[in-house]
Parts: sequence; structure tokens; C-alpha cells
Amino acid sequence: MSRQTDTRVRVPDYPTRAFSRTKPLGLGQRARQHRSFVLGALLTALLIAAALLSFVWTPGSAYEMDMDAALQASSSRHWLGTDAFGRDLASQILVGARASIAVGLIAVSIGLALGVLLGLIAAARRGWVEEIIMRLADFTFAFPALLSAIMLTAVYGPGMVNAIIAIGIFNIPTFARITRASANAVWSRDYVMAARACGQSRTAITLRHVLPNIASVLVVQATIQFALAILAEAALSYLGLGTQPPEPSWGRMLSEAQTLMFQAPLLAVWPGVAIALSVLGLNLLGDGLRDLLDPRLTRER
Amino acid sequence: MNGPAATGATGAASEMLLKASGLKRAYSRPRTSLWHRPEPLQALRGVSFELPAGQSLGVVGESGSGKSTLARLVMALDRPSEGTVELLGRNLHQLGEQALRAARRDFQMVFQDPYGSLDPRMTVEHIVSEPLATLNEKPGREARRLQVLEVLEQVGLRAQDADKYPHEFSGGQRQRIAIARALITRPRLIVADEPVSALDVSVQAQVLNLMQDLQRELGLSYLFISHDLAVVQHVCDQVLVLHQGLVVERGTPRQLFSAPAHPYTQALVRAAPRVL
Amino acid sequence: MALLEVSNLTINLQTHRGRAQAVRDVSFTLERGATLGLIGESGCGKSLTALALLGLLPEHAQVDGSIQLDGQELLGLSERRLCALRGNRMAMVFQEPMSALNPVHGIGRQVAEPLRLHLGMSRAQARARATELLERVGIAQAAQRLDDYPHQFSGGQRQRIMIAMALACGPDLLVADEPTTALDVTVQQRILDLLQELVAEHSMALVLISHDLGVIAQNVEQLLVMYGGTVVESGMTEAVFARRAHPYTRGLFAARPQLQAAPAAGHLPTIAGAVPELVDLPAGCPFAGRCPHTRDDCYVQPPPARTLHQPSMPAPASLAFWRQPHVARCLYEQVLTQGAKA
Repeated sequence: MSRQTDTRVRVPDYPTRAFSRTKPLGLGQRARQHRSFVLGALLTALLIAAALLSFVWTPGSAYEMDMDAALQASSSRHWLGTDAFGRDLASQILVGARASIAVGLIAVSIGLALGVLLGLIAAARRGWVEEIIMRLADFTFAFPALLSAIMLTAVYGPGMVNAIIAIGIFNIPTFARITRASANAVWSRDYVMAARACGQSRTAITLRHVLPNIASVLVVQATIQFALAILAEAALSYLGLGTQPPEPSWGRMLSEAQTLMFQAPLLAVWPGVAIALSVLGLNLLGDGLRDLLDPRLTRER
Repeated sequence: MNGPAATGATGAASEMLLKASGLKRAYSRPRTSLWHRPEPLQALRGVSFELPAGQSLGVVGESGSGKSTLARLVMALDRPSEGTVELLGRNLHQLGEQALRAARRDFQMVFQDPYGSLDPRMTVEHIVSEPLATLNEKPGREARRLQVLEVLEQVGLRAQDADKYPHEFSGGQRQRIAIARALITRPRLIVADEPVSALDVSVQAQVLNLMQDLQRELGLSYLFISHDLAVVQHVCDQVLVLHQGLVVERGTPRQLFSAPAHPYTQALVRAAPRVL
Repeated sequence: MALLEVSNLTINLQTHRGRAQAVRDVSFTLERGATLGLIGESGCGKSLTALALLGLLPEHAQVDGSIQLDGQELLGLSERRLCALRGNRMAMVFQEPMSALNPVHGIGRQVAEPLRLHLGMSRAQARARATELLERVGIAQAAQRLDDYPHQFSGGQRQRIMIAMALACGPDLLVADEPTTALDVTVQQRILDLLQELVAEHSMALVLISHDLGVIAQNVEQLLVMYGGTVVESGMTEAVFARRAHPYTRGLFAARPQLQAAPAAGHLPTIAGAVPELVDLPAGCPFAGRCPHTRDDCYVQPPPARTLHQPSMPAPASLAFWRQPHVARCLYEQVLTQGAKA
């Protein structure tokens, strides 16, 4: 058919002007070359590995108290030393990772699920529905997140569950806002108008077109919120409002180490380092993901 | 070039494919002062036209003329403030949701920007088969794929292209994909909003030729919106000139070129840069 | 001495599929007050050539050859010295006025910026001069509107503001990259007329880039037709348009839909195929494969530049420079002399 040759001309194998002809780098290859991403992924993997490992093995015991062995420096038996009650510090760090990840994961999931839902509804419906949802988000933002979490856990009782709920609630408006902004940008695109012209309902358009196109933004935000959730959990535990004893928590380890700062300064250093590395790792991962996922959408013509 | 009905054999007796009467659309502007509401922006101020089956109508206008608004009203993506749009005798804006969805198989749209009108996350097959998803009788997977391959061939693309993503194609090829999407439900009318304006000259010619061929082979009608009279002349039997929401002149492209009556049309014809 | 002399300009770029030559062996000279057009479709390298003149290429681009402004070599100049030249002796007007103007600064401030930077004017002086410039380009009530933002102006007006910015320091060379493509046809003519007036007034040299044959026809005296990074045809506009020696030029002309009295006769003649990606361009003639006269050598051997017509020297020898010869590149001379379609 004449139309076939209109677009493509068969050419013999000819030498070209290119100095090197390579296949375009796939996402996996670019990811491996991106420094932030690799470092962030390693640190995050380390965090997750620590938590998972703690289920099957710890160097010592995170729970057993041994007053004879209290406040020891690092030795072959206790790699990082012991705390005021003789518990093995290294084991506590490993087990403490569980609390951080659990809180981070569940709180961010709550925020993600409800926040994205509200944001998508706001972008799809517009009008007064959007107004109400955004004002509610603004209202929630007006409360400083950490103080509100403290207040909630103080009122409803301390504990990991309440900490998760409190942190989760304050993740909702963040995701709602970012979802609505990105979703609005997608709704204004021609391909969404084309879908409307086909007769697709708003729900179908939201699921088929909007969600896949904002997914990368949400993934990046989720890693950032994860890091913030870890910090929030540490802060709550430091104040005694988060993970309760005997479950180890990095934040509580910091608070316990505070009174012993001059006798055993390392007691505060190890949990501090653990928190810092986890947060750093997640932030780097988020940065790396943003760099990797975004340029694909702004490809040069 | 002219459609099968252009010889005038059927004339006014045939059902009018598309009829617009007194279309008006005003948009309210955002408030700048607390005390009084600003004047609404009149995008269309009373546009009427008729398009017989098998013919194509061009709408020429510049920015602010209301041509995009007109496209949206005809496609029932927006409600007019006043006036009606009738497709095959039915008032589109008064149809219920189900009926409108069913009616959409008869009219489809092609957009200006080949880079924005295809979802970057979907394969060509998904994109092109989207209009099938809202039909009452949804075809199964195999039937859908066959239909997709059929339209891809009609627009000059290959079967392998069905599994690729939009970013693997050039502007002209993407516009062909958009045209394939518009063809898959076998519509009677295609509203083309500046379909070739974003393309290079040689690619533009290829796509225009394709549109001409499809018009002839499938008996399609176009509502072809453009700012370029020369392009419109190539595909359309009649042309409307739109200026600030009103039709200032209408006629065949030849008439408009050789004897433009309205000063705006004259300005348009004069301003088109000509090669010596 | 010519104002601008470009010799064997070659630009290599990193694309997502490898490194390739984006512009190959472009040479031209431009006198003061002369106008040059670069015409071609997307991917032909015309914008890259313009950016190379101002030193605005992306970092990973490698440039070879020579660009001389009034005898001074521009390639290899430090960024600091290039900055001193940009806006001052050479200026650029871009295609999208909305993204070329900063949306959060008033237009007065933006037009005054080059004045304060290069000419060292005080704020008050710069504002006064900016008002003059804006009035010259046709912005009504310029003095009152100095603090308005770009979004308060129409597309045509924003382009005028950009032109005012470009002309602020009275440059010797103005590069306009598709200045009217984003504008309505009726506005386009006025902007192009404005450019012509200003070029004559200041005796600037103008490099006008466009994909529109009509715009080029009416606004430049000499032109370069570019395809695949190479200049396939060059010469005085009238000569090139009349003779249309190169098959690509012929194809471009034929493919334009013409507004005409006679009804369009079926298909528009097209150029077969599509522009290949940079890395797929043949080592020989870039047009090989799409050209109806392609032969096997075309893919391999770069076509030489052939002079088709050397204009005879007119009486005043001083104008001799201006009569550029009509040159086209092809391996086979008979293809070029076959004669163009009317």
C-alpha cells in the first residue's frame, strides 16, 4: 500500500555519522550509574536487612538484663557494649530497626492510601468537593505534626499503635496535596481530553490515566515521608510516648543514654548513628528516584 | 478530494450530519474585586453551521477566535451557554449519559499536540483501543487487537508498532496514532483541532494526504480547525472564518482566496507569507 | 572584513543512543546589515548553529571549526568573555516569548537588565532607556506599563518586549530563532516588519531561523537550506528559490499546501520517509535514501559543494561581497541542474 512507504524507507546497511551507536540506557542501567540512588538503596537495604535479621538472630539479647555486665565498652561478646541494664547494645539496635520500619511503613501507608484517595477525588471532582478537601488538608497542616502526635499519644495513651495512627494522620494531607497538584496537571493534558471524548467516566480516567502518570511523584514522596516517620517515631519514643519497653526503640535508647552522657557517651552515639543513616539513606533514595523517574517524562523530542 | 456527496446528488434531502445553531459560550472570569463580578468572557457569540454527510468543513481562526471552544462544544466536552449541537438529528447536550456515551462512537477527535495527546505510559495498542472500551458491545481481547492492527495499517503504521510506547515515535507518526485512535470506532465525523500545525512541512504533507485518503475511502467528514487557510483548502469543501466568537465569512476555499469579502478574511489571506 | 565568519562549524552531541554529529561543516559569512536565513525542519541543526554562535550549546557538545565576530574567535572563549559579548554585541530572540521572559519580573526590569549589565547605566537611566526601547517596538503606554508582568501582555507584545531586550545595547548581530512561529499569522507579519525596520535602522546583521519558506522568502537576502546538520543549498534567496537545485529544497517547496485560486489537485507531493535520528544519519549525504535520485555512493561519500552560479560582479566593487554564489551539495551535478518544478 502506498501509505506504508510514505513513512518508512528501507535503506541498505550503510555507515553512519555516529561515533558510537548504543541502545538507549534502560532504567536499570541508569539506576546503577546514579550515585545518590545506589548509596540510598544500600543504606535502606541495610536498614531492612537489620530488621529482618533481628527476627532470626541477634548477637546477644536485646531483652535480658544483666546488671553485672552493665555499661561495658565494646568487647568480643558485646560488639557495641552494653547499656545501663546490661542489655546488648548491638542487639537493641537491630531489634530497634523493626520499630522504625514498622512505624514508617504503616504510617506512610495510611497517609498514602487515604491521602492519595482524597487527592484523586479532589482533582476529579473539582468544585466544592475540592475546596472542602483542600481546606481540611490546610486545617490539618496548621497543627505542627510532631506536637499533635505528642498530644494524641498523651491523650490516648502511649504505645506503638497510637504512634502509628498519630503519624499516619499527619501524612494524609501531605499526600492529598501532592496528589491533587500532580493529578490536576494530568487532567489538563490532551490525552485525558481524548479519553473524555471517548466517553470514559471520571473514575476510569483516574485509574487508567491519572494514577500511572503520577505514580513516580508519589513513590518519591513516600520515601521522603518514610524518613520523616522514622524521625517522628524516634522523637515520640524519646519522650516515652512511642514504642514502650521492653521493645527496644532507637529514640528511647537516646533518652536513656542522656543521663549517662559523661559516663558512657557511646550509648547515645550508636542509636543516633542508626537514625541518621536510615534517614539519610531514605532521603538519598528519594532523590535518586526522583532523578531517575522524572527525566523520562521530559524526554527531548 | 471532494467527498462522495459533494456532487450535490443527495442535496438537502439527506440528513445533515452535524448541525450547530446559535452556539454561544461564555466563561466567567475570576473576581478581581470583592464588589462586582467581572464581565464574562464571550468565547463564542452565536455560531451556526451545517455539515452534510460526506463533506468536510474547515474552521479558520486565530487565537481568541473561539475555535477550540467550538471544537469542545461539538465534541460534547463542554456545555454551551446557549444553542444546540445536533449530530444525525440528535441534540448531543440533551442526551443522557448512557446515550451520549453510545453516540460517541460516531464522532471522534484528533488533537493538535502529538506529544501531549497520547498517554506516555500506555502502549500504542492500549491507546488506540481506548474508544472501544466505552462501547456497549465491548470486543474481546483478540477482536480488539485485530481491530487495532487494522487501523494501524490504514494509517500507514506497522503491526509491530502496536506494542511500542509513544516516545519511540516521531511527531508525524504520533499524529498517525492519534488518527488511528479516532478511526477505530468507524466514526462518521472527525473533529480535527489543528492536527498538522505542530508538524514539519514534509510531515504535514504526509498526514494531510493520509487524511484525504481516509476521507475518500471511508466516507469520513472532517470538522477541520486550523489557523492556516492553505491547509484547510486541501481537505475541506467549505470554510468558516471565525473571528472573536463569530462567523465573519463562509464559502469555498477558492472563493475566500480569490474574493474575500470581510476585512478580517482579507487580512488573513494577505498575511499568509507567500513565496515569491 | 565580514562581521561574522563561520568556517567548518561541526558540533557533536551526546544523544540517548550514542554520540553523533549534529552539525557538520557549516560555513558562511555575514556582512554588517545583511540578513541571512537558516531554513530546515526539526532536527536539521539550525537551532544548534544559532546557539553555537552565542556559545549557548549544552555542556556535552563538542564544537570544532571557527566562528569569528569582527575577527575575534568566539570558540574557546572563556565564559566570562562570552557573557560580555552576549546581549552587548550579539543578541538572540527566541521562539517562545512566555518562557523566554521571566514571569516574576516586570518587563521594565527585564529590558533594563542588559543595559545595567553591559552599559553600566544607573537604575533611572536604564528605566528611561527601557521606556524608549519599548515605545520603539510598539508597546503602547510603555512608561505606565514598565512594571507590568509578562502574563499581562499578548503573545505578539511579549515578542516585541523580547526584541526590545535584545536590542537594548545595540548589538551588531541579532539571531532570531523562529521568532514568529508561536504567533498568529496577522501578528507575525507585523513582528517581521518590525525586525526589518530595526535591522535597517541600526545596520545590524540578522540571522533568521525558520521552517517556513514564506517567512524566509520575504525577510532575508541570503539563505542556507539545512538538512541533517549539513547545508545542502545556499545562496541569495531569489536565486535559490528560483532554481531550487537540491532535491530536498524541491521537496520542501512541493510539499507546502498552497493557497491558490485553482482547486488542490489531489495528493500533496511528499518527501518519502522521515528524518532519521542523528545517530542513523548516513556518513555520506544526509538525504540519501529519501532522495529520489539516490545511488549507492550517496550513503558513503560526503557530497561536495558545487557552485551553480557565480553572480557577475556588479559595477560598485564594494557590493561584491554581498552577491553570494549559489551553492548546493550533491555527488551528481546533473541532479542539481535538472531544473526545478515551477
